[in-house]
Amino acid sequence: MIGGLFIYNHKGEVLTSRVYRDDIGRNAVDAFRVNVIHARQQVRSPVTNIARTSFFHVKRSNIWLAVVTKQNVNAAMVFEFLYKMCDVMASYFGKISEENIKNNFVLIYELLDEILDFGYPQNSETGSLKTFITQQGIKGQHQTKEEQSQITSQVTGQIGWRREGIKYRRNELFLDVLESVNLLMSPQGQVLSAHVSGRVVMKSYLSGMPECKFGMNDKIIIDKAGKGGVTNEAGKSTSGKQSIAIDDCTFNQCVRLSKFDSERSISFIPPDGEYELMRYRTTKDIILPFRVIPLVREVGRTKLEVKVVIKSNFKPSLLAQKIEVRIPTPLNTSGVQVICMKGKAKYKASENAIVWKIKRMAGMKESQISAEIELLPTNDKKKWARPPISMNFEVPFAPSGLKVRYLKVFESKLNYSDHDVIKWVRYIGRSGIYETRC
Amino acid sequence: MTDSKYFTTTKKGEIFELKAELNSDKKEKKKEAVKKVIASMTVGKDVSALFPDVVNCMQTDNLELKKLVYLYLMNYAKSQPDMAIMAVNTFVKDCEDPNPLIRALAVRTMGCIRVDKITEYLCEPLRKCLKDEDPYVRKTAAVCVAKLHDINAQLVEDQGFLDTLKDLISDSNPMVVANAVAALSEIAESHPNSNLLDLNPQSINKLLTALNECTEWGQIFILDCLANYTPRDDRESQSICERVTPRLSHANSAVVLSAVKVLMKFMEMLPKDLDYYGTLLKKLAPPLVTLLSAEPELQYVALRNINLIVQKRPEILKHEMKVFFVKYNDPIYVKLEKLDIMIRLASQANIAQVLAELKEYATEVDVDFVRKAVRAIGRCAIKVEQSAERCVSTLLDLIQTKVNYVVQEAIVVIKDIFRKYPNKYESVIATLCENLDSLDEPEARAAMIWIVGEYAERIDNADELLESFLEGFHDESTQVQLQLLTAIVKLFLKKPTETQELVQQVLSLATQDSDNPDLRDRGYIYWRLLSTDPVAAKEVVLAEKPLISEETDLIEPTLLEELICHIGTLASVYHKPPSAFVEGSRGVMHKRLPARTGSGEGTECPDVGNAAGGSAPEAAPSIIPSQGDLLGDLLNLDLAPPTTAGPTPSTSGMQMGGMDLLGGGLDSLMGAGFGAAPAVMPASLNAPVGGGLGDLFDLGGGVGMPMGAYIPPKTVWLPAMKAKGLEISGTFARRAGVIQMELVLTNKAMSVMTDFAIQFNRNSFGLAPAGPLQVLTPLGPNQTIEVSLPLSTVGPVMKMDPLNNLQVAVKNNIDVFYFSCQYPISMLFVEDGKMERQVFLATWKDIPNDNESQFQIQDCHLNSEAASNKLQGSNIFTIAKRTVEGQDMLYMSIKLSNGIWVLAELKVQAGNPNYTISLKCRAPEVSQCVFQCYEAVLKN
Repeated sequence: MIGGLFIYNHKGEVLTSRVYRDDIGRNAVDAFRVNVIHARQQVRSPVTNIARTSFFHVKRSNIWLAVVTKQNVNAAMVFEFLYKMCDVMASYFGKISEENIKNNFVLIYELLDEILDFGYPQNSETGSLKTFITQQGIKGQHQTKEEQSQITSQVTGQIGWRREGIKYRRNELFLDVLESVNLLMSPQGQVLSAHVSGRVVMKSYLSGMPECKFGMNDKIIIDKAGKGGVTNEAGKSTSGKQSIAIDDCTFNQCVRLSKFDSERSISFIPPDGEYELMRYRTTKDIILPFRVIPLVREVGRTKLEVKVVIKSNFKPSLLAQKIEVRIPTPLNTSGVQVICMKGKAKYKASENAIVWKIKRMAGMKESQISAEIELLPTNDKKKWARPPISMNFEVPFAPSGLKVRYLKVFESKLNYSDHDVIKWVRYIGRSGIYETRC
Repeated sequence: MTDSKYFTTTKKGEIFELKAELNSDKKEKKKEAVKKVIASMTVGKDVSALFPDVVNCMQTDNLELKKLVYLYLMNYAKSQPDMAIMAVNTFVKDCEDPNPLIRALAVRTMGCIRVDKITEYLCEPLRKCLKDEDPYVRKTAAVCVAKLHDINAQLVEDQGFLDTLKDLISDSNPMVVANAVAALSEIAESHPNSNLLDLNPQSINKLLTALNECTEWGQIFILDCLANYTPRDDRESQSICERVTPRLSHANSAVVLSAVKVLMKFMEMLPKDLDYYGTLLKKLAPPLVTLLSAEPELQYVALRNINLIVQKRPEILKHEMKVFFVKYNDPIYVKLEKLDIMIRLASQANIAQVLAELKEYATEVDVDFVRKAVRAIGRCAIKVEQSAERCVSTLLDLIQTKVNYVVQEAIVVIKDIFRKYPNKYESVIATLCENLDSLDEPEARAAMIWIVGEYAERIDNADELLESFLEGFHDESTQVQLQLLTAIVKLFLKKPTETQELVQQVLSLATQDSDNPDLRDRGYIYWRLLSTDPVAAKEVVLAEKPLISEETDLIEPTLLEELICHIGTLASVYHKPPSAFVEGSRGVMHKRLPARTGSGEGTECPDVGNAAGGSAPEAAPSIIPSQGDLLGDLLNLDLAPPTTAGPTPSTSGMQMGGMDLLGGGLDSLMGAGFGAAPAVMPASLNAPVGGGLGDLFDLGGGVGMPMGAYIPPKTVWLPAMKAKGLEISGTFARRAGVIQMELVLTNKAMSVMTDFAIQFNRNSFGLAPAGPLQVLTPLGPNQTIEVSLPLSTVGPVMKMDPLNNLQVAVKNNIDVFYFSCQYPISMLFVEDGKMERQVFLATWKDIPNDNESQFQIQDCHLNSEAASNKLQGSNIFTIAKRTVEGQDMLYMSIKLSNGIWVLAELKVQAGNPNYTISLKCRAPEVSQCVFQCYEAVLKN
């Protein structure tokens, strides 16, 4: 299991060190600093073995978090734990920075004591941790016996993510379908790979212990319902609404997985506040919001001509926002002249790229940029690697075609019904890694 | 409020200041001081001097302060054991606190204090906490048992905590169950043979129920524990799989990977024609692909695991090539791993796409990545024949870029392509030769030299090219030197008239001026070959090479199986068994995949002749040793035509003489030691590649392994009647790698016997006493003495009939007596007789079928597992096992003390007491003796 956990700043000074196992000595702290943080080479692996001791690390801005062990631990678990640890710290004190870590070192030790025991991860749900680890310290003496046992039963309970007795005057929930669409396209316009990775984020402000059921236009469910042919929704006709094929999805721990496996229904008792209900991935019938058509011509040894056309490919009534096209330039660029029809374009020497920004663009439109790049003559034999042209944008629909069909709320003990709950649904499609080779 | 101020140091007298503050009356000031102490501790300063002062702060109702003091205690208690006792009372008191959080805190901290005296006090509170009404305390106490076990295992057993822990597996609270499972699994790891976890269908059912309810971490503990269970049959296996599959949709990647581990393992037991088997395969792909959208570090872990899964079950991801395409922004470690998997998944169907990608990668910046991409193009050519032509032309394009490392890498892979498709792409040699000067890496130089040597007859100036390398011979790396030697010998055999000088030059460089034994040995072998029998030399050196196989870097199958059992863990990331990087006893246990239990047992009698006729015992693709073994490969030793093998020296070379191309004097150049090569030489020339030259002179004396080797009962060798009253009975044994003759001497005469000595006649395996016969005291009338005499195998050799006959002379003060006895050949089986699987395959094929003998072993009632264990005790090693229609086929290897290998195939059919055994050996004479040993070992 995990033998110890160290947090370093960018210089390699230890900010926090907690050792859980006897086989980890103080020299492990130095071994990691010398061999990884101060290593001359770029990091070649997130797992390093130094003298039969294994180190796992992740980096958050300037901060290194390292787990050390001498055993054959579950490596996936260690990284999941490190991410979780970052989430927990972020929810307690915001950004993970040297200053914040120093400012909260007592709290961090307290957390480390609670979420890792003898190197075994324990409860790491921020919701329940916050009930008894607070920045002011526990006021153990002020708590009643009921309060105490309520804390422990929540920490260890089956529904560790939600406490009892939550009350809201207005029962309300927000569903955000957030998708990032990823594309790799060849210069000839052939899709090399494309996928959407989506998340359904829910903000729930519901009283009691509500039982929720979530439905979407998942092909498998709709086909099932269609075969049955008895649902009252049959009248609305599923033919008009397209169903989508989901390659795979993963759920928050509140979702009953065995029920999803057998009936493909998504039912759960939600945590209070904001959390991620599910993640999914699709690869079929993706709506690619933009198409990038590059044209690069080398004019002699010291000049490049670049022309890039972007076409928007969605309903004309919708507006894409925050569009940014990044056209890489060679390292020996001496000057760039750009002309674009729309938006603003600038050559950023420090980033070796022309950055073209457009605030808004409606569907089914086209825009173009052309640039002349002057090059310094070099005797460098190595060819320019020609990094792909990348793009960023945001569109108000889900490129996968996913639609929320319903989210039903049942709370039998309290007197509010599904109809009383105010529900909001929003779709946002963003670019993930959206690249076209040139 | 900010804590960072505690990190600023006050320079002088810090400790004194802190001491004063710690003893302050004001609570706030105390707390501040403790925080400062902890801050100093964090940055590595020694604040142990403050121990009593800090411990004094322990008695407080401020929980935050208490936790800080506990933290301090955990760090320094070990250095101040006596003073740590001061804390015990507070702990014991806190374990009774009405607040469950404090009870748990106390028991948790106490377990972390590794001081013997404190541990004693811990037992009572721990016992109470294990039965606490609050689950939070119980789950903490469960882990505490593991802590205590780590400090004092005996104590935990004596106090009966293990049983309590086992009870907690049935606890009503899922988190308690999960922690109990984690603690038990850890404890069980240090007691490999205990039945601590006691997994049975009932407890498995409990675990599966808890699995649905506990936290993500708990699910990981439980799944990892489940993976150690072996279901009784395929039905149970399927029902567990069904209950585990929902976990594949968990958001936590570690839960997913641990579930994959359980499924991959239990799937082994499912019959392949089962519908569910297919369903399960289909269910595995999507979650694995989803792992690739996780954070880069997790992607890396996932990719390392997918690499294993793809080798074990390529069908799962065969349609998912695209997701492994490299993204521009991927960290380098993700890129390299993806590339590896792309090559594994490359097939005729997707090769065009893959090649286009690889060509793209070859123009990237990162040197390692580019190299790997170039290498991958070569691998594609070897894997998918239809693409070979395009690969070669792509490689030529890359060579034209003149980027130094790209060129070198391309040449290395083109060499492999030549080996796979001989006489097809030699037209490119001219282009390669143009780049000769730019090669500065040993591997590329060696590859180029190999090409020149191999195609010497087509390259007009081959001799000039090779000569140019020869100038700096001693500055080259071994790899290049060896290659150069072989290439020039090849050249000489092809164009003898022009290159005599060159070959003499290289031979003397290799044999006289080099300190490298490998190089010298190879030089001598070539020299001797060339001088005694050039025809044979040609046959050996220019023999047709076996085709290179498709997959050049597969993980060895048994290791792969073990790693599959470790999916998700560090072992799967390193691709090494845990024993390679974990110290001590933990993880030394080797895990194995369960065997498929045949529900569809066939009754059809397998075709014995076919299986024995030298067909490969395994369907797995054979593996060409990677570069490390290049040496053996190049020596072409394994390609030698079968020589007459046996303990008698071969003299054929001398008779053929006549054509000594190199003129006289060569023999005298060779060391005297070589001229008088041991008699076993010819036999061991056929030794498997892996062993290389080392095997030639390996005369046993392997590592000791105290195991139940078979020892035949003592028999009377010399009756008293024939030896003037001295009766000798005895037997032979092999103990810890030493052969021993165990003698019982009985004096049945009336007078005292003294001055015992023993001597052996020359015998087949060179057995000789390793020391004098130790009979120290005179042997009185009617007295019996037991002596054991260690034997060596370096004595003079003469073939005996029967082979295992031994003629002995024993002398005492009365007379000299002679007798002969037969030893079981099994005592000559050495401990390192376990052959590598792939070497076994190659050797089995290589030994001519005429050398195979078949025997029946009647009336043996062991199952294959037991038989294999029993045989292992006598250094007969099972290398592979395969079940064909209810019949177990065991493949075994044996190495004799003189380096002769015997390969065996044992067929065991359930319910049939008659075994069939086929033996293959270069020296078929030994087969009969070996068979007798099998019979003796199995029946005793």
